[in-house]
Amino acid sequence: MTQERNPRLVRFEGIVKRFGTVTAVEKMDLDIAEGTLVTLLGPSGCGKTTLLRMIAGLEDPTEGDIYIKGERINDIPIHKRNLGMIFQNYALFPHKTIFDNVAFGLKYRNVNKAEVEKKVTQALEMVRLPGVEKRMPAQLSGGQQQRIALARAIVIEPDVLLMDEPLSALDENLREEMRREVDNLQQMLGVTTIFVTHDQREALSMSDKIVVMKDGKKLQEGTPDEVYNQPNNHFVADFLGHSNFAEGEVVGKENRFVKVRLKDGTIFRVEDTGRFQEGEPVELVVRAQKFDAFRQEEFTPDPEMNYFEGKIRDRSYMGGEVSYFVELPDGTEVHIISMMRTRIYEVGDSVSVQVAPRHCHLLPIET
Amino acid sequence: MQEKPWKPWALLSPSLSAVFLLLVVPVCFIVVYSFWLRAPSGADIPAFQFGNYAKFFEDFFYPSILIRTIRVALETVILCLVMGYIPAYFFYRSESRHKSILLLLIMLPFWISFIIRTLSWINILGDSGLINYLLIEMGILNEPLSMLYNEGAVLMGLLQYLLPFMILNVYVSLDGIDKSLLEAARSLGCTEWQAFKEVVLPLSMPGVSAGCLLVFVLTAGTYLPPMILGGPGNDMIANLIFKRIIGTLDWPFGSAISVILLVLLGIIVFTYNRYLGINQIFKTLQ
Repeated sequence: MTQERNPRLVRFEGIVKRFGTVTAVEKMDLDIAEGTLVTLLGPSGCGKTTLLRMIAGLEDPTEGDIYIKGERINDIPIHKRNLGMIFQNYALFPHKTIFDNVAFGLKYRNVNKAEVEKKVTQALEMVRLPGVEKRMPAQLSGGQQQRIALARAIVIEPDVLLMDEPLSALDENLREEMRREVDNLQQMLGVTTIFVTHDQREALSMSDKIVVMKDGKKLQEGTPDEVYNQPNNHFVADFLGHSNFAEGEVVGKENRFVKVRLKDGTIFRVEDTGRFQEGEPVELVVRAQKFDAFRQEEFTPDPEMNYFEGKIRDRSYMGGEVSYFVELPDGTEVHIISMMRTRIYEVGDSVSVQVAPRHCHLLPIET
Repeated sequence: MQEKPWKPWALLSPSLSAVFLLLVVPVCFIVVYSFWLRAPSGADIPAFQFGNYAKFFEDFFYPSILIRTIRVALETVILCLVMGYIPAYFFYRSESRHKSILLLLIMLPFWISFIIRTLSWINILGDSGLINYLLIEMGILNEPLSMLYNEGAVLMGLLQYLLPFMILNVYVSLDGIDKSLLEAARSLGCTEWQAFKEVVLPLSMPGVSAGCLLVFVLTAGTYLPPMILGGPGNDMIANLIFKRIIGTLDWPFGSAISVILLVLLGIIVFTYNRYLGINQIFKTLQ
């Protein structure tokens, strides 16, 4: 792309959506840059689909403005917005051939017949399903139908591609494949894409930016790496991956570390971000994957590390990794996931567990 | 699991025997009776001759009633379709929580006897009926407008009887159309009307064709609305059968007309299903 990319291709300003007394989206401000894939991630009922439907024009915002390419689109009817939409259930027209399905949007865009045929053929090649023009949608598998839906949406060269949980109707293996397909296609075409999902793995693997939502509010917005490794609140840390939480208090600072005393008296050292001062109550977060477990008698404490001791309570294989629950002397349980290449412990084994300060994060206590 | 080929037949046997005894057997009687000779006095004479059929086609009087029946039936179908599709579509698009109550209201007329519903039109359309009374009271008319005992009144009676059948048939078909298809069409550039024309209308065709067939067949065989609301010139084929059998006690001729109606409707239903009904349903199932 030779042009400068528009950092605000889609812009939400103070969007509020209420259904009767229920607030689905609350004061949402969000900018979406041209050519990026942005995921709206959150549990069901968090307002992500409503937000998407407001861009499409299928819902009207109660308050606030939506802009596409700097133009306010609140009052522009759906059919004039030039958007491509992908639905969870594919929404192919069952009474039309694949050709007519894909060509559908072109009919309303004054494209001549030869051009239509060329574009449809191209679009079908792009989704790697050439030659199915004459078939009916029901003759294709679910994954194929979703690809046709993708072809139908991209053939009109939309300003924004909107995808509402497009992969959740597919089975596990197919989903993985389609996820890569959508990702590749999006990068190849450079089309700005807004992707709604409740699946954190989908979000982490595809997105340029993730917007984590809950109860109609935006909790955090950032690259997959940012939201995964630097969650800025309890929900985000909990929703993305397996996290352990412990409450404590900042008791002092030392070099570039903050010292935190947990409820059971353990002192943890955490990298100082300058966010918390001495005396503040905090919540400590550590990802289950960041711990290393050692047999107690073989363990030599490293003064640079945080460590504690406990007993293996529960163990389960998860394919390439093992998940343990370690019980501490005061009865709390810590979830640890370790790669299979390290030693495998039995239930009842006494272990020492260590974690580097850079893998520990602090969050404010939420009331 | 072991296959028991007799099982479905065993389960079907009560309804099969009911259909056989109450429908197939009486129809056979009628077919047999249509070949008999009418005696000037006393019992009809068993025979095998086509005199009764010949009599029907002797001059244009009887066939013209048959043609009128088909014309009225087609008019009813068109009226029902236009007036039934709109409410059905409204129910389909309605997001109201009270949708099931609205649908129940459509069924409500079935709780009142068809005869009473038909008779009540006399109180509405008659010379001293509601409409004339109001128009005269308001000074719009000086003398009552004659609205009863013509084809319009018959159509009105047929419409109020058959409209629910059309609405429900079309609604069931519409209800099966995923609303995201409409949203997809809209997002691809259709106006509301274009989306209706491109997506909803073709996908609702199975319900439309089923509704049309049902209304047509029910109209072609009905005799109450023409008898109660129609004049002497509005008789339909079922009225003719009624008059021959109940009125002049000419059972052989009445039976022959019945058989003619049965065969004609059979041919129409068969042809219709062949080219419209089954074909349409098959298309949406694909």
